[in-house]
Amino acid sequence: MSKKKDFRKKYAAVGLAVILVMFLIAVFANFIAPYDPEEINLAPGARLQAPSLKHLLGTDDLGRDVFSRMVYGARISLSVGFVAVGLSLIIGVTVGAIAGYFGGWVDILLMRIVEIIMCFPRIFLILMLIAFLGPNILIVMAVIGLTGWTGLARLVRAEFLSLKERDYVHAARALGAGDRRIIFRHILPNALSPVYVSAVLGVGGAILIESSLSFLGLGVQIPTPSWGNILTTGMHYIESAWWLMLFPGLAILITVLSYNLVGETLRDVLDPRLKGFNQK
Amino acid sequence: MIKYIAKRLLLMVPMLLGISLLTLLIMHLSPGDPTSLRYGLNPEVSGSARAQLKELYNLDKPFVVQYGCWLKRVVTLDFGRSFVDNRPVIDKIKERLPATLLLQISALLLIFSIAIPVGVLSAVKQNSFFDKVTTFLVFIGFATPTFWLALMLMRLFSFELEWFPVSGMSPWYAQYMSLPQRIGDILWHLVLPLVTLAFTGLASLSRYVRYSMLEVIRQDYIRTARAKGLAENRIIFKHALKNALLPVVTILGMTLPALIGGSFIFETIFAWPGMGRLGYMSIMQYDYPTVMGVGIISVFLTLLGILISDILYAAIDPRIRYE
Repeated sequence: MSKKKDFRKKYAAVGLAVILVMFLIAVFANFIAPYDPEEINLAPGARLQAPSLKHLLGTDDLGRDVFSRMVYGARISLSVGFVAVGLSLIIGVTVGAIAGYFGGWVDILLMRIVEIIMCFPRIFLILMLIAFLGPNILIVMAVIGLTGWTGLARLVRAEFLSLKERDYVHAARALGAGDRRIIFRHILPNALSPVYVSAVLGVGGAILIESSLSFLGLGVQIPTPSWGNILTTGMHYIESAWWLMLFPGLAILITVLSYNLVGETLRDVLDPRLKGFNQK
Repeated sequence: MIKYIAKRLLLMVPMLLGISLLTLLIMHLSPGDPTSLRYGLNPEVSGSARAQLKELYNLDKPFVVQYGCWLKRVVTLDFGRSFVDNRPVIDKIKERLPATLLLQISALLLIFSIAIPVGVLSAVKQNSFFDKVTTFLVFIGFATPTFWLALMLMRLFSFELEWFPVSGMSPWYAQYMSLPQRIGDILWHLVLPLVTLAFTGLASLSRYVRYSMLEVIRQDYIRTARAKGLAENRIIFKHALKNALLPVVTILGMTLPALIGGSFIFETIFAWPGMGRLGYMSIMQYDYPTVMGVGIISVFLTLLGILISDILYAAIDPRIRYE
């Protein structure tokens, strides 16, 4: 078991390292990118250049440096991921806590709402919202966040249901603590493990959705670079410019994989119910 | 059993009310008057369209009236006429539905026929080489942007190897083919979209089967079966498998929203003439009646899938009572 655990930890460490590197790339994008990501160069031979020492990942159909666009794209992807997940966390934890703690008709009502939202294919709910609100990066963040909290609300609710009957909660109430104090000071800190796990996994998921939206032309809008909209150009030159397709896809894959590895390992460490699973 | 089905159907009523309310609210989310939305930019949606929208959704009436009318439209599947070609939205959806259903159902079959053996085998041989490889692939599967996978498959199999057609379902010359040829041609066009769509559900389902199987293998009755000296194959296939696969049936209901969502993207990439592509096109053309119609129909499909999986579950699990 210990051997497997170490194995797992190694993967998680690699994942964490990748996350850190991506984070640094996003923060210092303007120092790392060798060219202006939006600078168009239509000089003869400047368009659709294959990767070379001058342009590490080649150039796109308007002669823009793909490496620079990818670096700035990391900034976009990560900020969408973090903001969207932050929003999901706030809504999910609040709804789950209220439903689980108060129970009764509040619980029934909130959980019905969750079920209704879960019936919608998430991507179409997002597309529909964007169709009505118009595509821009703030809307994309908001919409991904607004549609991503249902699973978390259920998990937090389940935690609250079991925790609110514990002796220490009864003791706190006997001492005269109010609902708000019990929820935030006594129960919530003990109900956070699913929140951490969903947060980490959620960032990966949000990055995937943002890239799909941008790819479809309904997310981050050109000329602002994003991994997804570089792939849109890649699709137009699918026969010729392999570098426009390969690198952004790999960047998304590696980033999301890293968040998933860290999230899953976190789940193993935090969730005692699953801990025994690898022991057999 | 009939009572159980009736009860399940009855439970759909509040869901329907909620879904209609949510979609109507989404319509109201648009900035300002929903009828004056960005039409300046879009010549296709002119002044008459504005009046149409107002009439279609009764936007000048109180909200309760709007809701009542919208509900009636949802129940009677009357979503008005498309802004693009002025045809009834439901007709447009109807002619697209077979292609989408063909894609969805074959994807479901493919997912189940791969994920179940893979999940069972990696649970039975836990920590073996096979288990490790599949675990690795599952992680890759979870992290792969599937629209990118679609592009890579297209590049490799359509452009480099030229094994499969780039896109579409049935070319114009299909009308000159004989029926078996035509079916063969459609299946040939189906391969790449199918593989991509199936990929979205494969990782999670095989993971789930593995988990469920591991859970069952640790039960006392399996130990009893072993103690009786039964052959390992018999234990796995006769005793464990049945119980492990029961919860997998309910996963059907959860896989559907992801599959239907996926079809919006893959049908667009592969130009598959289904409902997902219609939905995407209508969003791009600000064709709101069609957007709403496709939205409602895809939720209906999801609900239908959940209903079927619940009934299936009740039918095969004797522990579920029908009251």
